[in-house]
Amino acid sequence: MPMIRVQSEPFSLGDEAEAFAKGRTDTGAVVTFTGIVRDTGGMARMEIEHYPGMTEKAISGIVDQAMDRWSLDDALVIHRYGSLAPGERIMMVATASRHRVAAFEAAEFLMDYLKSRAPFWKKEFGPDGAEWVAAKDEDEDALSRW
Amino acid sequence: MLDVMYFAWVRERIGEPRETVATEAATVADLVEELKAREPRYEAAFADLSALRVALDQELSDFDAPLAGVREVAFFPPMTGG
Repeated sequence: MPMIRVQSEPFSLGDEAEAFAKGRTDTGAVVTFTGIVRDTGGMARMEIEHYPGMTEKAISGIVDQAMDRWSLDDALVIHRYGSLAPGERIMMVATASRHRVAAFEAAEFLMDYLKSRAPFWKKEFGPDGAEWVAAKDEDEDALSRW
Repeated sequence: MLDVMYFAWVRERIGEPRETVATEAATVADLVEELKAREPRYEAAFADLSALRVALDQELSDFDAPLAGVREVAFFPPMTGG
């Protein structure tokens, strides 16, 4: 069963990856992706806002599509909200599949859709004040390849 | 009665995260026009609809969509997850 967690608390990449990979005998490949808060020119922190309820529904819909399309054995999405400093982990995705191509592709698909279809908004706090991060055209364009 | 929610800079311009609105608006676009007529802060938030997205009962939708049977409307800028 795929797992989706939307949380403000930090998570351990090692513990999550270990727990996700553990005890699988028919899975040949596990892929994990981790998103890290990047300092874009003196940024002190980032605030991530989300839409409780819709967030879980939207992610669950995206995960269901990936599970079906790549016949995944399992998937995991963790996404944080609240205040995060550069270097902190924002989110992670893990996919488990019989073969690696499906696991890689499904992880990329999940990332592309989470970027522009999961209701999160980022505000960066830097030396010149606070600014909302604008969505990029290329993030929207990335969806067309799927 | 509709629950109307605002996120990110839309919430900041309107000055509150949610409110209950009594409306007979047939579509999302009609609701936006009603809100804009109320006060300048709504005018500021809804000035450019191409910069906004709307969700009806937590599903992404569009401004032409009918409001019949809808309980929760949310307005927000394009999402920036991941």
